[in-house]
Amino acid sequence: MWKYLLRRIALSLLILLGVSALIYLLVMLMPADYIDNQTSAALQNGSMTMEDVMRLKELYGLADKSFTGIAKSYIAWLKSTASGDLGFSFMYGRPVTDVLSDYIWISFIIAFLSYIFQIIIGIPMGVKAASNQYSGYDYTVSVFAMMGTALPSFFLSALLMNVFSIQLGIFPLQGLVTATRIFPSDAYIQVFLDKAWHLVLPITVLTTLNVGGTMKFTRTNMLEVLSSDYIRTARAKGLSEQVVTYKHAFRNTLIPLVTSLSGMLPGLFGGAMITETVFAIPGIGYMALRATRGGDIPFIMGYNMFLAILTVLGMLISDIMYMVVDPRVKLS
Amino acid sequence: MTIENEKVVNQNGKDNNNVSVQELEERFRVISPARMVAKRFFKSKLSIVGLVMIVFVFLFSFIGPLIIDATWGYGEIEVFRISRNAAMITTADFRAPDGKVYNYYDKSQTTILFKAPLSSDHWLGTDTSGFDIFTRLMYGGRISLMISFIVIFLETFIGVILGGLAGYFGKWVDQLVMRIVDIFACLPGLPILLVLSAAISSIESIPAEHRIYYLMAFITLMGWTGVARIVRGQILMLREQEYMLAAETTGIKAIKRIFKHLVPNAMPQLIVSATLGLGGVILYESTLSYLGLGVPFPRAAWGSMIALADPSKGQEILANYPNMWIPAGILIVVTVLGFSFIGDGLRDAFDPRMKR
Repeated sequence: MWKYLLRRIALSLLILLGVSALIYLLVMLMPADYIDNQTSAALQNGSMTMEDVMRLKELYGLADKSFTGIAKSYIAWLKSTASGDLGFSFMYGRPVTDVLSDYIWISFIIAFLSYIFQIIIGIPMGVKAASNQYSGYDYTVSVFAMMGTALPSFFLSALLMNVFSIQLGIFPLQGLVTATRIFPSDAYIQVFLDKAWHLVLPITVLTTLNVGGTMKFTRTNMLEVLSSDYIRTARAKGLSEQVVTYKHAFRNTLIPLVTSLSGMLPGLFGGAMITETVFAIPGIGYMALRATRGGDIPFIMGYNMFLAILTVLGMLISDIMYMVVDPRVKLS
Repeated sequence: MTIENEKVVNQNGKDNNNVSVQELEERFRVISPARMVAKRFFKSKLSIVGLVMIVFVFLFSFIGPLIIDATWGYGEIEVFRISRNAAMITTADFRAPDGKVYNYYDKSQTTILFKAPLSSDHWLGTDTSGFDIFTRLMYGGRISLMISFIVIFLETFIGVILGGLAGYFGKWVDQLVMRIVDIFACLPGLPILLVLSAAISSIESIPAEHRIYYLMAFITLMGWTGVARIVRGQILMLREQEYMLAAETTGIKAIKRIFKHLVPNAMPQLIVSATLGLGGVILYESTLSYLGLGVPFPRAAWGSMIALADPSKGQEILANYPNMWIPAGILIVVTVLGFSFIGDGLRDAFDPRMKR
């Protein structure tokens, strides 16, 4: 097992190396880079010359766009990344790792809460739908679940904002804190409640979008378990349907569920770009979208690598969990 | 899917008291596998609902513009200036130096040319630029559907070739292809698409109307790995079967063995994954359009129509003009939902043992 894990980790590192090279190449090929964006106005009114711009580009490491130049700067990036330094963000003027660690938490809180809701809503619905296959309940839940996955996040956000923020005025429209309110420095509870109030709609959006997946996954696996022989035996013994479903069948459905749900955990740190931007919540996704638009290469690189690492980590965790949950599985 | 020769369901004549073949054919219907799939597909209500939804969206987006163009002779970028008077009333209380509270009341008349309300000429009104919203919905649908079909076709094409080669040859070919697949599967989809589309929009030598083609290439690049995995898995399983040994001994070339004898057997899975993928591509495309990185203005796209309601640009449209953005959102949901209903229906129809 340890041998398998070591091989998996080595392979993951190899994949990440490939991913980083690919992303670096793509990002460096972005023709209008940060300096061009910043200096175009100054160039036009003559307060800066082309030479100044080139000097700036040299300073930021964006001057040499030939293949060897990119390769060189990639190797430099790789070296500093290996030592834990992701470089300096152009736009935010701080080390990328600092920006990441500052803004990650609000994203994580939103994602984690919606993950919890996804579990406590999606799994019971999936179980109930599977045990009443082809019933009215099954159809209704399945259709609603699929509708959730078919909704674009920005459309659902706009709908909820229209109804709950504008028409009913219950929840604030955007932001994380009420800008017009001034809190005394010791009013932690009030600040906390204010923030929580701002997060209700974003969490609702993420939960609605994702609960369908969990529900369908539970339903599919539950159906599979319910058609196995030992369930027929349990029914033949005369056990009540309640016991059969929740004690015998559900326990085996937990194997794929735990595997896939634990694989999702690292992804919770990745941020929800669109939802955070629509609600103007300063999370990691919001910052990344701004950086992408501004051509902030170190930040884009850092963020995308971070996401790739989360993906690899997720796959690794779900593999390990598969082994932990199901003792029959021997990975080799 | 290979269509086998028609076969008689229930081949055992003995149980039926030695009935002749003719009588057998009368008594039992002869059904080809394709018909059986179709029959099972239409048995499910959800797949029929999905089919109706997709047919509606198709007619709406492909026949609709033709009708509009033939009857009224305008397209998606025709500007209508419909003037209407809007009274703006502002009131405010203020405390004058004399200590009394005065009520300030101001009424001003302005003429608005755009953002016309619903009318018999413009069913959904006009938008901030004076375009007819109903017509733009049709053109937006056309672009979304076209992009999604082309992208899925390209993804399937690349995926089948690379997955087929990897699955059949195994060894280092498999290793190489699957590592590339791993790398692409680990790329974060939306952020990378944003980087690429931002790059394309900033290159001035690329005309705005060509941006869509690049967009399609990018979405393809991010999505082909799923198809490659399906094809590879299927072929790994199939290539050990006896009929492949027979194909090999008859001396058929490897390329032909892969693409004529192996890939067609992976067709059911491919069709299902392609149908389910169509909705995903539409969501990607509309997200990019929403962020202003997709189909460029003034051409219509569902995503950019919803972007009018973006509260960062002011709440006016979000609050007061639901006719501008809600229909586009509903159409996206209907299309994506329709494709997933059909995909699910096809999966059940191809393999009734597969669970939904």
